[in-house]
Formats: sequence, C-alpha cells, structure tokens
Amino acid sequence: MTDRFAPPPSRGCSNTPVLKERGQHEVFCGLTGIIWLHRKMQDAFFLVVGSRTCAHLLQSAAGVMIFAEPRFATAVLEETDLAGMADAQEELDRVVTELLQRRPDIKQLFLVGSCPSEVIKLDLAKAAERMSAQFAPHVRVLNYSGSGIETTFTQGEDACLAAMVPVLPASDARELLLVGALPDVVEEQAIGLLEAMGIGPIRVLPAPNRDSEYGVGPNTVFALTQPFLTDTHAALGRRGARHIAAPFPFGEEGTTQWLWAIAQEFGVSPEKFAEVTEKPRARARKAIAQASEVLNGGSVFFFPDSQLEIPLARFLTRECGMQAIEVGAPFIHREIMTPDLDLLADGPTLAEGQDVDKQLERCRAARPNLTVCGLGLANPLEAEGMTTKWAIELVFTPVHFYEQAGDLAGLFSRPLRRRALLQQEAAE
Amino acid sequence: MKLTVWTYEGPPHVGAMRVATGMKGLHYVLHAPQGDTYADLLFTMIERRNHRPPVTYTTFQARDLGSDTAHLFKTACLEAYDRFQPEAIIVGASCTAELIQDDPGGMSETLGLPVPAIPLELPSYQRKENFGADETFYQIVKTLAKPVEKTARVTANLIGPTGLGFRHRDDITEVTGLLMEMGVEVNVVAPMTARPSDIARLGAAHFNVLMYPETAETAARWMEREFDQPYTKTVPIGVGATLDFVAEVAKLAGVEPKLDETRLRMPWYSASVDSTYLTGKRVFLFGDGTHVAACARIARNEMGFEVVGLGCYNREQARLIRSVAKDFGVEPLITDDYLEVERRIEELAPELILGTQMERHIGKRLGIPCAVISAPVHVQDFPARYSPQMGIEGANVIFDTWVHPLVMGLEEHLLTMFREDFEFYDEAGASHHGHKAKPRPVEDTRPGLDPGPQVATNSEAPDQVRGTGSIEVVWLPAAEKELKKIPFFVRGKARRNTETFAAERGVAEISVDTLYEAKAHYAR
Ligand code: SF4
Ligand code: SF4
Repeated sequence: MTDRFAPPPSRGCSNTPVLKERGQHEVFCGLTGIIWLHRKMQDAFFLVVGSRTCAHLLQSAAGVMIFAEPRFATAVLEETDLAGMADAQEELDRVVTELLQRRPDIKQLFLVGSCPSEVIKLDLAKAAERMSAQFAPHVRVLNYSGSGIETTFTQGEDACLAAMVPVLPASDARELLLVGALPDVVEEQAIGLLEAMGIGPIRVLPAPNRDSEYGVGPNTVFALTQPFLTDTHAALGRRGARHIAAPFPFGEEGTTQWLWAIAQEFGVSPEKFAEVTEKPRARARKAIAQASEVLNGGSVFFFPDSQLEIPLARFLTRECGMQAIEVGAPFIHREIMTPDLDLLADGPTLAEGQDVDKQLERCRAARPNLTVCGLGLANPLEAEGMTTKWAIELVFTPVHFYEQAGDLAGLFSRPLRRRALLQQEAAE
Repeated sequence: MKLTVWTYEGPPHVGAMRVATGMKGLHYVLHAPQGDTYADLLFTMIERRNHRPPVTYTTFQARDLGSDTAHLFKTACLEAYDRFQPEAIIVGASCTAELIQDDPGGMSETLGLPVPAIPLELPSYQRKENFGADETFYQIVKTLAKPVEKTARVTANLIGPTGLGFRHRDDITEVTGLLMEMGVEVNVVAPMTARPSDIARLGAAHFNVLMYPETAETAARWMEREFDQPYTKTVPIGVGATLDFVAEVAKLAGVEPKLDETRLRMPWYSASVDSTYLTGKRVFLFGDGTHVAACARIARNEMGFEVVGLGCYNREQARLIRSVAKDFGVEPLITDDYLEVERRIEELAPELILGTQMERHIGKRLGIPCAVISAPVHVQDFPARYSPQMGIEGANVIFDTWVHPLVMGLEEHLLTMFREDFEFYDEAGASHHGHKAKPRPVEDTRPGLDPGPQVATNSEAPDQVRGTGSIEVVWLPAAEKELKKIPFFVRGKARRNTETFAAERGVAEISVDTLYEAKAHYAR
C-alpha cells in the first residue's frame, strides 16, 4: 500500500545518538493546552490553581481570542493561602461552588495544577475526589498537572487525556479509539475514511461531551493522532487497550501509513483500501507538489516546541524535498516515535531538551533556509535575516490527513514565498 | 484565592521585564520555570521587537526542587554575564521561585560579578506588573545613579517610558520636542533607551519629567530627595494638559512658556460643525489611572462628551481616580475584575467606551464602540505610524482615534432622516468601517405589521425587565417597538433615560407616552 513512496532510508534515525541539552528552555508550559482543549470539550471547564503568572500566560497564549467568559479561569493563590491563614482546600471549595452555581452548563471540571500549587503541595487529586462526591452525578471533577516544572506545552493535553482514561467505563466491545484533540473538520475526515473501509465503531478521546462517552477494555484498539500522547498511551495500556503503532498522519505518506496500519488491524483488503484512499491521496499529492515548490532543496532547522518536530521533519524531508539540519524536540519517546524515526534518513542532529543560547548559535552557523521556532524567537531571527515559521500555528491549525497535507506544506512555504516577494529597496 | 478570567496586569516580574527590555546594556536573570518564558512573546510579537528581551530564565524543573535550584541560578547568572557582557544585572524570582526561597539577591552577591548585580524583591502574590516596573526602576536608579554636577544648560530627564508601554515610543519624541521649543534639553530618557551608564548621570538634570507615574513615581520622589530634582505633576495628554505642562516646565526651568500651535488641529476639529453630533455623547472610561484621568478631562472639556463613569485597574492610582470621579460627579470603579467592569458598562449603557484591550472586547460583545486609551493593548495598538498620545500631535491623534469608531457626524444626521429606509438604515453600520452591512429584516419595514418575536439586538440587554434602583420597570410592547425606531447609537441613552424617568416617578410600566414624556424631560 505504501509502494508509491520513496523506499525507507537504509539508515533511519532510530539509532542516531541524541544530543541532550540542559539550559534555558524557550517553551510554553502544559497550561497552554487549555486554549484548544476547552474548545474541544464543550461541557468542560478548566480551573487552573496557580498564580497571576499562570493567568497571564493563558491570556497571552489565547491572544486576541478574548471571549466574554471562556470556559477556563485561574484561581489565583494569594498571600493568605500561602501563609496558611486560609485553608487552601476550603478556599478551593468556595471558588468551585461559586463557579458551578454560576455555570450550570458545566458537566466536567478539570482542576489543573501549576508550579505554585505543586511547590506548596496542594493536593488537587484529593480535592477532585471530594468535589466529585459532592457534585455527582451532575458534575465530574478530575485533576491533572499543566505545570511548567513538570510539563512542556503539548504535554498538558497528554496529562488531561490521561486523567480521563481511568474514569471511562469498562467494556469488552471491539472498538477503535482515536486519541488526540483534533479540529472537528479533520476528525470527521479521518472517521469518514475509516468508516468507508468498513471499520467501526469508532470512538474519539476526548469525546465532545460527557454524554457521548464510551467504555474501554482489552478489545479496544487505539491509534494516536498526536505524537505527544505518551502518558495517555500508557494509561490506555493499563486498561488493556492495544496501541496500533504507525507514523503520524501528516502528509500523504504519514496519513496512508497510519490508515493502513489500522486497516490491517481490521482486516481491510488492499483493494478496498486503495478504493477509499486513491482519490484523496491524489489530491494530497497534487496539493503538496504545488505548495512545496519553494521548499524543494531547502534546509530546515527545528527548535523544540510541540513534539511534532520528528514527524514533521519526516514529512518535509520525504515529501517536500527538504533537508533537515537539526531536529530539536522537548522529549523523544522511542516507543511512539520509532515508526517516524525509521523513515527519517540519518543525517540531522537530533536534540532533546534545550539550551536556547547554544542552539541559537548552531542555528546561526547553519543558516538554514527555514527555521521552525516559538513566538519568542521568530521575530528576532527574522530581524537577523533568517526565515522562520512559528511553531504554535502547527498545533492550532488543521494539518492532519490528506485534505490538509497541502495546507501543512503551505504553512512552511508561505514564509519563504513572502521573503522572496518583498522588494523593499529602491528600484535603482 | 481569587477567581480570575482576564487580567489587566501581569505579575510583577513582567513589570521588571518591561524596564529591562526598554533599556540597553542591562540583563535580567530570572529564577523561573520554563513556562514563564511565554513573557518573551509579549515583546517579540505584540510589540514586534526585533530582538529577544534581555532575560535569562533559570528553567528549573520538578526534579531540581530540593536539590539544586540554587546552583542552577548561579550557573545561569555567570553564563549570562559571560555571554551578554551587560553593564549591570538585575536578579529576581518569579512566583514559583519565590516559594522555594533560594534568595537570588543574596546568591548574586556571592558570585563576584565584575558589574553591579541589583536584587529585586517583587512580592508576586501581592503586587502586580506596574508595581514591578516602578520598583525595578527605583532599585536601578537607587543603585546606579550617583550625585553629579548639574549640566550648565537647563536640562531634564524624561522618566517612565518602558517596553510594552502604550505609545511610549512616540510620546518620548513629542515631549522632547515640547521641551526643545522652550530651550530645555533632554539629559537622559529612562528606562527606555537608557544604558546603566546613562542612569549614573540622571542627577545632572535640573528636573525630571515624570511621563508615567505608574512606572517611575518612586524613582522620581527619590531623585527629588537625593538630587534636589523637582518633577512635573502634569501629564501632557490633551490640549489643556499640554498647556498646563508647558507652564509647569517653564516654571521649573525658569524660562518663558512657549508652545508652537501651528500643527495643533484638534480644537478646530472639535469645534467644526461636523462635530456637533459629539455633544453630550455618553462615555465610560477605564484603564490605568494616569490615562483615565487625562482622558476624562479631554472627553468633557475638549470633546464635549458626557462622562457617565470612569475607573482604573491599578489600586496605586485609586486616590487620583476617586478625586477625578468626584469632580465629574460619578461613581469611581476601582477594580481589576474584568467582569465587574463589564457589568458596570452594561448598566451605564454608554455610547462610547474609552478603555483598554479588555474594554474593546466588552464593547464588541455589547455592540458599543470603543477606542483604546491605555495599556494593556494588543498588536494593533503598536502602529507603524507616528501616533503619540502626548503633546500637540497626541491631541490630534486622540481626536481621530476616538471619533473613528463612531458613525460620522453628517452620516448620523442622514441616518436619522432616512431611518425607515430598508437599505440606508442605522444598523447597516458606519460607511468608513469595513464590516459588511446587515440588511434590515424585511418585516421591520412594514408599518403596522406585528414584527413577531424579535431577537434583541446586541446593543441592548435582552431582558425586558430591568431594575433601576428599587423599582422594577417593565416595557410595554408598543413602547419597546417605538424604542427600536430610535437610531441604535442613541437608543441606549433613550432606554436609560426613560427607565430613570419612570423609576423616579414610580411608574412601573413604560408606555409610548412615558417614552416621549421622558424625551421631552431630557431635551436639551
Ligand atoms: S510555568 Fe508554572 S508558574 Fe509559569 S505559567 Fe506555567 S504553570 Fe504557571
Ligand atoms: S473600521 Fe471596523 S475593523 Fe477597522 S478599525 Fe474600525 S471598527 Fe475596527
């Protein structure tokens, strides 16, 4: 099924030694995931127990998307909570009771831990248990940590989904579970393709609301749509569910391999598979070819950000003709990343963790055609004459599966096209 | 514990970053976890800075806690010095580091750095961004500024402008021009543009121009005591305030007051007939104390608006805002709770909001036009063009900015005349705004026909029963329908006046007659 693609490299990156660095990081903490998670789970509220910094982070990451009353907020710890003048657990009860009274539409509440709540050892698991008992059956209260001392950016989504796994009912049904919070349009495309092959029933984690939840058990098989869902992977494993390993569904190749791995699990014939995927594959191929013209032959350098770096490097090198110089990721989980690492030809530096100043020096020395980095670094690098793609857009924008493959290539090519387009000097 | 949705101010260390990022040759070593690096994007994205803020974050993790966070701090400090070679370093803790009590200040002293290391004590769980900026600037000045001989000619320092400040970049140019006209030279501008070596010669100026009390008042007071430098009390935002400022500077500098008004267009624009429609427009102001106080004066005295409410989010300026509110005969709102501000605006139903980024969104939700007068602001409020708030050009800019969200004067008259026309009707929106005009629902245009159940337009609260004081006032359907015929930009005012009129007279039901009686009562 994957015969159309270039053969896998004789030497992939699975055994490439990893450059591990420890220094200043330039990444978001896991709280950031709330920005997209709260849109995805329509009956959920995210209450961060933290500081003014945490509230300010959420606000800055949400940017101009200021809604009158979003389904997230921060319970800001104050001097009285820290000095033990007020019992923090009691205070939390008060805040949550008020919140739930004001928002009767909330059916799931996530208490999200932060650096300050962890440092003062505020036990949110205990709080969640107590509140669940108090507000059941109408509201379910769960907790996870999005703190910057424990989680990096997309790990917040992982922690959130992992927290939901233990409370799913048990079931022996043979079902496929797709794991990862994707934009609705993308999720529907994936389900459409799989159902056309006769695969089902298909469930999604996170479910759009509590009422549409389902059970998991030893007959559940699951596929990850995002590479950062390692704790969720482990939590599902503990419930007996089995993971279908595959490269991640970015680009024509990633999507085809990912779908094919699931198709094989469900005994779909190669003919049926070809029939369902042929047209969207052709469209993806065409769209990528158009969008990747300016990428072809160029080099790319990834700063660590979302853990999407390795699958994206695979996409850019194998489908867009780019050469990877450095692929930095906050973490590299072998178990989940191996299929992608196998396809990524040996050559680029693989880096885990970060020392941002040293990494900037390497990047400047390499002068890549395109640098993928966070918002704090993009404009400064542009001002030095480097072309950048800010990485957070890769998490917020629909980029998975066939119909978005061209858009994905376009996200990388647009900065290069723009730089070529601008002529800001005098004609003579 | 306080439930917070959106915040007007960041934590105090963000204030320190604003000082550090405005300056040159200074580096900030911040003991903080990795996620706190989000603050860089405020400067690189919102303010579009072309360099990284000069901040090193120690990036401690959970596994470092209890063992090695202090060591991490020391290494980060030494490496930052080696790499950036600053003239001075400021060191401090973010909210999380404050809890682990590593004492960055004490540690930095033991490192034997060849440059001054200035410790910052910024209580993250009590204070906020503006305090952080003010305190940081004060500590820098206190440590680095030395008594020096005054300059031979009359000079002044401009103090207060920081990174991420609302129009600070252009206000510096404008105020420098104002002083130059009077023959007063600028000695140092700080924190923005200054190096630590410039801070050292602050004392050479004859007086200080305190541009933004929010970020430099403590330093101004200290310099007044230590260097015998008086500082200006007037913030030159608006025509009247600029004239007062010129007079104040003249007195401090011992020169003749002088102001070149050739480029001042604001008073004429405000007096010209197209502006008649601005008369008595009901405005609500919210922001930092300094900008709100200055803008309230402009709103009333220079634009002819009616100020129906005002407030500030920074408690440090509560005194000022209370006294301004008293002068204007309105209730001051001192709060940093966004929802409380929204409630007050909904209650007052102003025709124009002068506020921050937050009020812009409140306005959008309530369908009330809004112009931005104060931080916090977003990327569109760091324009490419020269657009100060202070001085002559500031006054011109303010006139344009405040009028822009409103329907133009002539257009407002035409809309009133043709308001029954189905294409040229009021909610089609202003002609100079890019939004698509909404066609009028057809049934509305046929007189006498029951329009059926209607969805309330977004400029009004959907409920028909509203409390005004103790009496519940109900709108009868016919009166409600009549109200809809009033153009949307005065409808809020008509609704409110009628309700107040009814409540005052103990009338529980508003009929068409009540509406017109109220109209006659309030006619001016
Ligand atoms: S890194 Fe920690 S303190 Fe900072 S915003 Fe994230 S959770 Fe809050
Ligand atoms: S024209 Fe419309 S979109 Fe443009 S600034 Fe004015 S209100 Fe905003």
